[in-house]
Amino acid sequence: MLALDFMRQALVAAVLVGIAAPMIGVFLVQRQMSLIGDGIGHVALAGVAAGFLTGTMPLVTALIAAVAAGGAVEFIRLRGRTGGDLALAVMFYGGIALGVVLMALSPTGTPANLTAYLFGSLLTTSSGDLVLFAVLAALVMGVTWVLRPRFFAVAQDEEYSRASGLPVTALNVLLSVLTAVTVVVSMRIIGLLLISALMILPNATGQLLGRSFAATIRWAVAIGVFCALVGVTTSFYAGTPSGATIVLVAIVCFLVTAAVGGLRARVVRAQHERAERHLHEHGPACGHPAVPHGDHVDYLHDGHRHAAHADHWDEHADHADRSDPAHVDEGVHR
Amino acid sequence: MSTPLIAARAVSFGYDDRVVVDRLDLSVGVGEVVALLGPNGSGKSTLVKGLFGLVPRLGGTIEVEGKVGDASTDHARIGYVPQRHSLAQSVRSTVSEVVAAGRLPHRPWWQPATRGDRDLVARAIEAVGLRDRAHAEVSTLSGGQQRRVLIARALAGQPALLVMDEPTAGVDHASQVVLTEVLGRLAASGTAMLVVTHELDVLADVVTRIVCLDAGHIDFDGSPGAYAAHLADADHPHVHAGHHHDDDSTGGR
Repeated sequence: MLALDFMRQALVAAVLVGIAAPMIGVFLVQRQMSLIGDGIGHVALAGVAAGFLTGTMPLVTALIAAVAAGGAVEFIRLRGRTGGDLALAVMFYGGIALGVVLMALSPTGTPANLTAYLFGSLLTTSSGDLVLFAVLAALVMGVTWVLRPRFFAVAQDEEYSRASGLPVTALNVLLSVLTAVTVVVSMRIIGLLLISALMILPNATGQLLGRSFAATIRWAVAIGVFCALVGVTTSFYAGTPSGATIVLVAIVCFLVTAAVGGLRARVVRAQHERAERHLHEHGPACGHPAVPHGDHVDYLHDGHRHAAHADHWDEHADHADRSDPAHVDEGVHR
Repeated sequence: MSTPLIAARAVSFGYDDRVVVDRLDLSVGVGEVVALLGPNGSGKSTLVKGLFGLVPRLGGTIEVEGKVGDASTDHARIGYVPQRHSLAQSVRSTVSEVVAAGRLPHRPWWQPATRGDRDLVARAIEAVGLRDRAHAEVSTLSGGQQRRVLIARALAGQPALLVMDEPTAGVDHASQVVLTEVLGRLAASGTAMLVVTHELDVLADVVTRIVCLDAGHIDFDGSPGAYAAHLADADHPHVHAGHHHDDDSTGGR
């Protein structure tokens, strides 16, 4: 498999997309705009078709269309709610319809070409494209990595970010443009109709595995790369479209993780011991003696040891004397 | 008299067709803890948001420590605690991660968090009594604990003035007690505060001045003692009518 040029290129492209798409996607999930990537992909198709029709590189025209769509999304969002949803629908469906029509009009735009752009193909990544993909993907990854605390803050609380002087609008537009670039980088291997899935699904799985935003991103990127590589390999041996195969792998990952996580949570809950309900909040000044216990602090309360867990207090008394530092609620705790 | 931390002169805030806060004067000085009272719809939140540039300013000027510009431009000095019943939870995030946002305006966009940033975040979390939960997911915390996360986020920016919009509303009694302790400690350490509230009792120990807003105007501005007398007066309707000031009589103290 690795002896074949196109497969080596497909695998490199898969790794690039597997990293970049979930990295950007996590902020789209956070802003509850999970489907924006899908819409931008629709508009990018019009760009691809315009490239075919005019004999320009489809990659370049798609990039222009996608970035314009990304900017328009933020502009519409900024203008307020009224009609914004409909405006997006007009733009997205207009994009894909225009793409299909222009593709049919262009002499080189065959149905096979259309399918490859919509659902991804192993064969379409040329080495020239790959260099451009790599440059764009590196740009997306670099900018997202450096600005991730700011993207996080703006998505988490836009009003507070504005009040504390962050350039909220500029950051939102930039995120939209980075999304558009990611869509174009991914369109050959994943396909324009499916790219949004690789932005979102690894994050859905990452949410189940991580216990913080940073951990969620790390998991999502790891899962993204894993799905992209497994998907491309499977696609090679099974002769299936690469994008659709990758997305199915991502869905299997999600379902398995959710099932295992659900079982584990049930077991953990059964073993987990809450302290009696009390309205009192333990703290440095609460008057209850504080006892360091592994990585946290227990408070001696009427002879029991209470430890902070989520919004309540756990009973840590019964195992305080054990030499085993692990405590009963480990698992949900970390 | 020292320069006020924030001074709004004849400010009006509102939207296209509606003036909510009308030519109002308000300043908060060093060491003051001001409770901003008033009925629903009187413009308290609009005033606070307006000070941060979140609501269009229709007129007047704002100075932060003597420099013209709204509170968001001098982010180093004024911390904002918005009114939230819970934090956005579309993705997992920990208390530390949310509070760390309070440090962002203090470093250039390309610079990662330094050890100093992380220390200030840890200290802010400790100040609101959430050290045990610094790495807990915010979605697992109670409403009162989430309010304290918002206060910690503002504190991480080391503000000279903390502006809070209803920090104690809709919070159970135990959390209110803790919030009162937190605000008391902050006041003792010299942090000035402007607190929008309906629950003056909770803050009674720390408040040094009370400002009452009604229909976009200041209706009362004075010490807690004078406010008690004002309330006693207000029990006699015709006397109260005589107390309705114009803006020129409300220039702070």
